[in-house]
Amino acid sequence: MFSEFLQYLFTGITIGATYALIALGFTLIYNASHVINFAQGEFLMIGGMATVSLTAMGVPMLLAIVLAVVLAGVLGIALQRLAIAPARNADVVTLIIITIGASIFIRGLAQLVWGKEYHVMPNFSSDEPIQIFGAVLNTQSLWVLGVGAVLVAVLVYFFTRTLTGKAILATSMNKDAARLVGIRTQVVLMLAFMVSALLGSIAGIVVAPITFTSYDIGIILGLKGFVAAAIGGLGSGVGAVVGGLALGVVEAMAAGYLSSDYKDAVAFSMILVVLFFMPRGLFGAKIVERV
Amino acid sequence: MMARLSQFRLKGLLFLAIAVFAVPLFISNPFHYGLATQIALIAGAVVGLNLLVGFAGQISLGHAGFFGLGAYFSAIMTSTYGWSAIPALIVGAIVVAIIAWVVGRPILRLKGHYLSMATLAVGFIIAIILNNEREITGGPDGMPVPPFDVFGWELSAFGQYSLFGMDISGDLAWYLFAGVVLLAAVWLAQNLIDSPIGRALRSVHGSEVAASVVGVNTAKYKSLVFVISAVYASVMGALYGHFQGFITPSVASFDFSILLITMVVLGGMGSTIGVIIGAVVLELLPQLLADFQEMEMVLFGLILMLTMIFMPKGLLPTATNLLAKRRSKSAGGDA
Repeated sequence: MFSEFLQYLFTGITIGATYALIALGFTLIYNASHVINFAQGEFLMIGGMATVSLTAMGVPMLLAIVLAVVLAGVLGIALQRLAIAPARNADVVTLIIITIGASIFIRGLAQLVWGKEYHVMPNFSSDEPIQIFGAVLNTQSLWVLGVGAVLVAVLVYFFTRTLTGKAILATSMNKDAARLVGIRTQVVLMLAFMVSALLGSIAGIVVAPITFTSYDIGIILGLKGFVAAAIGGLGSGVGAVVGGLALGVVEAMAAGYLSSDYKDAVAFSMILVVLFFMPRGLFGAKIVERV
Repeated sequence: MMARLSQFRLKGLLFLAIAVFAVPLFISNPFHYGLATQIALIAGAVVGLNLLVGFAGQISLGHAGFFGLGAYFSAIMTSTYGWSAIPALIVGAIVVAIIAWVVGRPILRLKGHYLSMATLAVGFIIAIILNNEREITGGPDGMPVPPFDVFGWELSAFGQYSLFGMDISGDLAWYLFAGVVLLAAVWLAQNLIDSPIGRALRSVHGSEVAASVVGVNTAKYKSLVFVISAVYASVMGALYGHFQGFITPSVASFDFSILLITMVVLGGMGSTIGVIIGAVVLELLPQLLADFQEMEMVLFGLILMLTMIFMPKGLLPTATNLLAKRRSKSAGGDA
């Protein structure tokens, strides 16, 4: 009984940590540019797929990971420079469609290069799971949680202690004021997309041994990240982490105790319930509408 | 000003009618008729969605859910329970209207991306239910739908009919029927836009706060247009099911929701003729790109991105803007 619960909890926290990282990526871009990036999931896909294919070509694992992350970062910059920046005055819906176009384009490229098959990535360390009170914990789950925690710590440090991080925060609070104090807001936007892509790709790499990876894995992961970000409240870093973990755990519990067919329906019902009582998510900022 | 506007609207409807009835002059094979019928039915749903997105300024990323509900309601009632097509379509539309009203009241309070999220969630939940209730819907494999019938008279793409003494094939008959339905859908939408409701909706789009200050009950009008656009989707979904003869949960999928809203934005939000052009372009594009096989996805994504980057207002508004600018070199080309 308890071991069953613990098992679902482990599964939930692992996938929840992934959702949290995707949601953080959404949050970063949303804060800097107020764009919801529907291509966010593709960064995860690029991370996982590039690592798998590079190791298959004989590149050592660590180098493959670094290259995959760099590739995603470059892609993030390209997305901002080539697709978002030229359309910065467009409607919200238009920007959404542009990022959807970008995600179809990236997915199409991935399918051209890597084909449509599922790819398997080996666990980073032992394949032997750990037993805790009768529940099994995959060693890769520990990697996901550990890497997730480190990334969150790095982000906190980046935004509170470094000048670049503070510049991104300043731009998100007030673009014109930021420009007045000499922050190059275009560079900041580019940086936000890059950091978001780096986050996404790292998440994609650590989770790949658990979920497998294929060219179309980014769609549903990206959407779940969006759900997590909305539960937490768009623009809130704490919200993204809490929303991600909550979504993961609720989903795992629903799959375990209710029905695995309806676990996604439970996730989407959860966002409706949260928004019903808190229209700006758990930690969303109160927005005063200017008339 | 108003007279000129309505004159333009009538012209738009006339232009559309000519286009719809001219199509059969250029195509003849059943595949092309099938494609044209499909486009006309989907365009009808897009005209309804445009009322919500283009006029009231509310985003829906889950509209295929209502399309799917309408399609499945008609399919289940006509095949499992032996109903006739028209009562099934009407009762289905009423059921969808009630669902949309119940769901719409709370979620339309949400703003911007939260509204996108909520509508996306509603669409997803509907698609998941259609996928999983295998005993009723046939699950992911889908279910067959009987032909559309009116008082015992059946409209089937494989039939043979005579109209005004002319022999016409079932494909052509279905296309003409879909074309007339589309024209009716456009006519209704245009009337709604020109009514006090339409003006209230546009004021909500302009500024919700300002609209409520001058006494527009914004919540009521937003719910109303949400229900109307859902009914459009439901009716078109029901006809689409009868036309295809077979439906799968993909009619309610997230991908289809995205396709519908992309048609609105690409064609030109707020322009009824524009969004129909959007539907035509986005339905024909995959056909044209099919020759490129594995390059299809890359090209589709690229074209979508580039069009929206360089024509953020959509195809038709950009084109008319260009024309207007060319005509009068003086400034003032306000979209």
